Amino acid sequence: MAMLHLVNKSPYDACSLDTASSIMQGDDSLLLIEDGVYAAVKGGKAAARLEGLKISVLGPDLAARGIGKDKLIDGVTVVDYAGFVDMVEANDKVQSWL
Amino acid sequence: MSEIKKFMYVNRKAPYGTIYAWEALEVVLIGAAFEQDVSLAFMDDGVYQLIKGQDTTGIGMKNFSPTYSALGDYEITKIYVEKESLEERGLTLDDLQHLVWEDEDEDWAEKDSIRLVSRSELADVLATQDVLFNF
Amino acid sequence: MGSIEANGKSYETDEEGYLADLNSWDKDVAEVMANLDDCELTDNHWEVINFLREYYEEYQIAPAVRVLTKAIGKKLGKDKGNSKYLYELFPYGPAKQACKYAGLPKPTGCV
Repeated sequence: MAMLHLVNKSPYDACSLDTASSIMQGDDSLLLIEDGVYAAVKGGKAAARLEGLKISVLGPDLAARGIGKDKLIDGVTVVDYAGFVDMVEANDKVQSWL
Repeated sequence: MSEIKKFMYVNRKAPYGTIYAWEALEVVLIGAAFEQDVSLAFMDDGVYQLIKGQDTTGIGMKNFSPTYSALGDYEITKIYVEKESLEERGLTLDDLQHLVWEDEDEDWAEKDSIRLVSRSELADVLATQDVLFNF
Repeated sequence: MGSIEANGKSYETDEEGYLADLNSWDKDVAEVMANLDDCELTDNHWEVINFLREYYEEYQIAPAVRVLTKAIGKKLGKDKGNSKYLYELFPYGPAKQACKYAGLPKPTGCV
């Protein structure tokens, strides 16, 4: 039973990333969208929360915020809206940490 | 208004997730008509507003980041960016737009608007203001 | 919402007569808007209108009148960068009226 976790808040402004990352297990994956994408910036304090997790970020939200792919921590997959849909389909459930 | 007051706008929110950043910018531009001594501070998630290279075509929202470059035209020349907030987020001054104002008295010489300050230096700046607006 | 006709084309406007869509603007609609205000557009008017469009393109805002005056002065010379000159061209207020003809929204900071 793999679950897709969505986080859309900045990790520096809300605790949803903390909650999501600590509740994730097994084959679960995390997709960062909207202000959630800031968590994947290399050298940021929040990046430590993502260690060992399967992470994707939504490309259009990165671009809007001026975060280049070179600014991201290693091992992050950048997806577009179609990739977002694929991830929803590939998982049994979606948990959105609003 | 006879007496010039020190107005400070404190920006603490990321640009697109909420409406705060754009609303703040509009208030700043409108307030500029009153010819007060205006400063802006960017701290916490507010530092994200100034990141260069923003491209919102993929999310269908207005990209208002070019508007920060107009602040110099509105005689807003003091933009404080808090160092700790940048560092905590894995950012440096190089990740931000280069904002300048042109000094009419010196043949339009370009001068930097952004001042990188520590939290304690920012506290000193805030303490000297007459009016604080928070976004 | 209203609309303006120019050269057989219809342009959507807001309740104050500003174009609803910046991208629908062309010179024809600018001429028609000016004529509605009994204003004939000269090269001097176009200089300001084109300047405003470029300013919006770069900064995503229509400048306040004080900012416009200063910027025009820098670009086109001191004899044009003053409110007397600009108010003669655009008696309803340079920022407001010229922005309208330029197809821009009402200026931010227009009080």
